[in-house]
Amino acid sequence: MFDFSIVTGWIHNLLTSFLPYGLAVFVECVAIGIGIMIAYALIAIIMIFMERKVCAAFQCRLGPMRVGPQGTVQIFCDVIKMLTKEIVKIREADKFLYNLAPYVVIAASVLAFSCLPVNKGMEVLDFNVGVFFLLAASSIGVVGILLAGWSSNNKYSLIGAMRSGAQMVSYELSTGLSILTIVVLTDTMQLSEIVARQADGWFIFKGHVSAVIAFIIYLIAGNAEVNRGPFDLPEAESELTAGYHTEYSGMHFGLFYVAEFVNLFIISGVATTIFLGGWMPLHIPGWEGFNAVMDFIPGFVWFFGKAFFVVWLLMWIKWTFPRLRIDQILTLEWKYLIPLGLVNLLLMVIIVVFKLHF
Amino acid sequence: MNFTLLVVGLLTAVALVAIALGIARAISPRSFNPQKGEAYECGIPTHGKSWVQLKAGYYLFAILFLMFDVETIYLFPWASIVQELGIYGLASVIFFLAILVLGLAYAWKKGALEWK
Repeated sequence: MFDFSIVTGWIHNLLTSFLPYGLAVFVECVAIGIGIMIAYALIAIIMIFMERKVCAAFQCRLGPMRVGPQGTVQIFCDVIKMLTKEIVKIREADKFLYNLAPYVVIAASVLAFSCLPVNKGMEVLDFNVGVFFLLAASSIGVVGILLAGWSSNNKYSLIGAMRSGAQMVSYELSTGLSILTIVVLTDTMQLSEIVARQADGWFIFKGHVSAVIAFIIYLIAGNAEVNRGPFDLPEAESELTAGYHTEYSGMHFGLFYVAEFVNLFIISGVATTIFLGGWMPLHIPGWEGFNAVMDFIPGFVWFFGKAFFVVWLLMWIKWTFPRLRIDQILTLEWKYLIPLGLVNLLLMVIIVVFKLHF
Repeated sequence: MNFTLLVVGLLTAVALVAIALGIARAISPRSFNPQKGEAYECGIPTHGKSWVQLKAGYYLFAILFLMFDVETIYLFPWASIVQELGIYGLASVIFFLAILVLGLAYAWKKGALEWK
């Protein structure tokens, strides 16, 4: 497999050859920051376009078609439209918290985004407690949403934020439990290491039925954590106007919108990394020729292919099922998913302790 | 290096928001109208104060969440060494989870999981 750390090492050597060490590191940090920003914006744009096209396909429409070939330029026009809208200030809002909320939401999502191992040697944040950090970072987003709902001095926003808080906080437990199940199998929390352990088989195959159950729980809980699909009642359009971001306009609103879509990508990216082998190619034991051909496809193509497949699956769920009520959502989590997750965890421990996996 | 990158990630997030809002403020039109500053809510004039008291049910779930979240914090270090611990790890976690499940069962029986 192509190792991206060759490229980063070469750049580092090049920079240190004619710059003092501190300055070279500073230049690298700036380059990484700009890289994250561009990748973040690109993913957001692709996701929004994909959402419109997939939604159209499930409703037997064509979706955006007029601007550019197959409507591909449409989304750039949307960005420009969003930028040229006036940012309205609410007189009675809590000004400081109102302006702080988008920063918190975007910070949570950028930190989680930079954890994703896209290719070998191509991850920005790679802690030895990576999975733990990822969960911690992505759960800061709830604070931003609660701030947005509370500070905008609007009853609908407040109800939306409270619902969103209850829902995201509840479903975080299930995502945590299903990730924990895989950590038991790998005995490491480092994301790059988790991917490396899947060289001889993705965890969804390796972990018997326990990993499959964990994967399904993760998809349901992840979908609920980003407030989408059948769980989108924090921003139920027909009852709450737009939920917690009703009072935000122009680019202020755009940031919440972008964060929501990138969070969906992060959920799929984590599912890919942990269950579907990250950038590891598909190998079938015994098929040497097939495996050799699969090795030629670069790692990031595998990663994005799998991640967008999971995104497509979640969009399919979103545009198929009707919205649930809040009591149904909380019942599903606390009476079904958490007990199931705990039993599944015990099952995985038994599999690991008695060496029943391969 | 990792913690440098963490700071870089945080600064990137702040810069992303600041740049996006900066561009928007620079090129977007501005007009003044006293009605614009009012809360939109759903289009009609708002009635009463918006910072109201909310249903206690939300807080119950927040407390339950705390219980299980702290449990996850303790389980992660255990999960990363369970292969070395073997049977001992299995036994200890069964004991740990039993206490937790008792807590959940108590909440369930008390009706804290019902949305009333």
